[in-house]
Amino acid sequence: MDILRFITAGSVDDGKSTLIGRLLYDSKSILTDQLEAIEKSSKTRGNGEIDLALLTDGLRAEREQGITIDVAYKYFATAKRKFIIADAPGHIQYTRNMITGASNVSLTIILIDARTGLVEQTKRHSIIASLLGIKHVLVAINKIDLVGYNEQVYHSIVSAYQQMADQLGIQSINYIPISALNGDNFIQSSPNTPWYQGKALLPFLEEVEIDDTINLTNGRFQVQYIIRPQTAELPDYRGYAGKIISGIYKKGQQVNILPSGASTTIRKIELAGEEVESAFAPQSVTLLLDTDIDISRGDSIIPADETPQISNEITVLLCWLDEKPLQPFNKYILQHNNKRVLASIKEILYKLDVNSLTEEPTATIQLNDVVKVKIKTAERLVFDSYKQLQGTGAAILIDETSNNTVAAIMIQ
Amino acid sequence: MQPYTLNYLQQLEAESIYILREVMAQFEKPALLFSGGKDSITLAYLAKKAFSPAKIPFPFVHIDTGHNFEEALAYRDLLAKEFGITLIVRKVEDTIKKRNLKEATGKFPSRNWLQTFTLLDTIEEFQFDACIGGARRDEEKARAKERVFSVRNDFGQWDPKLQRPELWNIYNGKIHKGENVRVFPISNWTELDVWSYLKAENIPLPSIYFAHEREVIHHQGQLLAVSPFITIDAGDIVEKKIIRYRTVGDMTCTAAVESNATTLDEVVNEIKLTRISERGETRIDDRVTEAAMEDRKKNGYF
Repeated sequence: MDILRFITAGSVDDGKSTLIGRLLYDSKSILTDQLEAIEKSSKTRGNGEIDLALLTDGLRAEREQGITIDVAYKYFATAKRKFIIADAPGHIQYTRNMITGASNVSLTIILIDARTGLVEQTKRHSIIASLLGIKHVLVAINKIDLVGYNEQVYHSIVSAYQQMADQLGIQSINYIPISALNGDNFIQSSPNTPWYQGKALLPFLEEVEIDDTINLTNGRFQVQYIIRPQTAELPDYRGYAGKIISGIYKKGQQVNILPSGASTTIRKIELAGEEVESAFAPQSVTLLLDTDIDISRGDSIIPADETPQISNEITVLLCWLDEKPLQPFNKYILQHNNKRVLASIKEILYKLDVNSLTEEPTATIQLNDVVKVKIKTAERLVFDSYKQLQGTGAAILIDETSNNTVAAIMIQ
Repeated sequence: MQPYTLNYLQQLEAESIYILREVMAQFEKPALLFSGGKDSITLAYLAKKAFSPAKIPFPFVHIDTGHNFEEALAYRDLLAKEFGITLIVRKVEDTIKKRNLKEATGKFPSRNWLQTFTLLDTIEEFQFDACIGGARRDEEKARAKERVFSVRNDFGQWDPKLQRPELWNIYNGKIHKGENVRVFPISNWTELDVWSYLKAENIPLPSIYFAHEREVIHHQGQLLAVSPFITIDAGDIVEKKIIRYRTVGDMTCTAAVESNATTLDEVVNEIKLTRISERGETRIDDRVTEAAMEDRKKNGYF
């Protein structure tokens, strides 16, 4: 059994929280006491029917305002798969929280209200899904009951979305007409949409292929922490602990320490204290090397036949996540997995207009802007383009004074 | 299983080990909050794996409410000895005296609220900059919203409306002096995952997690153990029942489940079949208000 992590995105009131509530309800993952609790508060709020959105809106302010502010994580399992759902906010001001949820998933469900069709947030969220390289997009055309299960409405939204998706280069897209409120096309195909031939939502989620999201070809490993027991039994033990970002590592393999360029051999691989012959992504392991080399946290241990890029100048797509606009002359801390370096923005190339999808010149970078910029770092980074290898192509910017995470970075 | 794939428990384990190592790498003085319950036991075993063959490099802290199950305390001391870790115990009782705090009264006088004071004092005393805890997002709807690295201000408070973005598995633990971070390495585990892992790894547990005979009273559909910490009224019927605990907290606010499960296999099977949530079945403190957990967290609670 494996785990599918997915996010639900879309505009306010497109029914995201209801969709999750419905999935949990129909897969019998809501336990009786939780159901009683939301029944009780649905009644006090006077909305008569059980409000499934109350399951995920976990904060007082969210329940009061009836909106989602931050990501809520929900868990359920069927006989085929375990699921981790990130229920993301739809409001434009909470886009950064949506990005938080979206950065760790392999599938996005984009909800569209059948009555209104594509809106700005649909586009923004689709752009984010495409920027973050989410492999699978499932467009759920919701509230199909409110347009009388009309096939034409469904098809016109499909073609409008497909046109935008082609522009964005989103590859794997599927469409399902649903009613989150009534459960049409959730567990099984609905008799109300005989014109829809595809899978219902839950069977689709159970069967979608996600193995392709792990790269087992290109070995990438960054030193996260150095284990040195310094005990009488293990006076000289020096283990480089970290996560295998991609690829397979083997005992006896020739490796280079990057960016310095020193070469050595893997003497031993330990997995949770046990020696193993080989290890693979995404395992957390400890590597022991043949020779004593100066290696610190953030250095990369890379198979000798692999060639990641090494540079202190990178061109990136950047999503700005902070209320305070980017200060072009300030230095920021760039964190690339376990490595932190000082960085500054050298040049702003363009800003992406989320409505027209055109590239426009800009001098300022503000909350929720998606821009392409050139960044210079104080030390060389060992990286790949985000498109090729997400694990080494992603980074964040941290504001030196507030310590906040202010930008998501996808290296080009 | 195909070569080079991980099952879901191995995936969760790898993620948790990564988070634990990240704490050690980013902070000066981390600590692990250990209660003797199954979630903190899982954390302890994950930490052992994360730093092997070295010893776990941070102390365990137990905020002792004085309302504990003896079995959990005995287990705590044994584990600390076996793992060779420093155990720091700070008592809510002492905080109550020192700060002249008012204790909760009533039939089940919970110290749940007061333990926040002891926790914050302990963080201050040892200058901990990161506290690792075994909270899971599936437990409760406010927990479902919290980041893995949850930054708290000088007063230990959580601001749920202003959480840092947390992207990919890049964790930003940078803080100002006086602030601290609560880290939740098993955020993405469910109750069943924890039980399945304990079973798969054959991890020993305090005996109260398995069926045993105990004197209990009924209270609003829940079974509470008879102990010196609760008030037995004239109307209460004290009965002997075969029970086990699904979660271990204070004796004043943790309810038992009727069960004959004496092995991990049997417990896992029962958890799979249950239709009631962990907190719903076993905690009497969350029933107070809809936002009970959120309010406690905003005040520095775990």
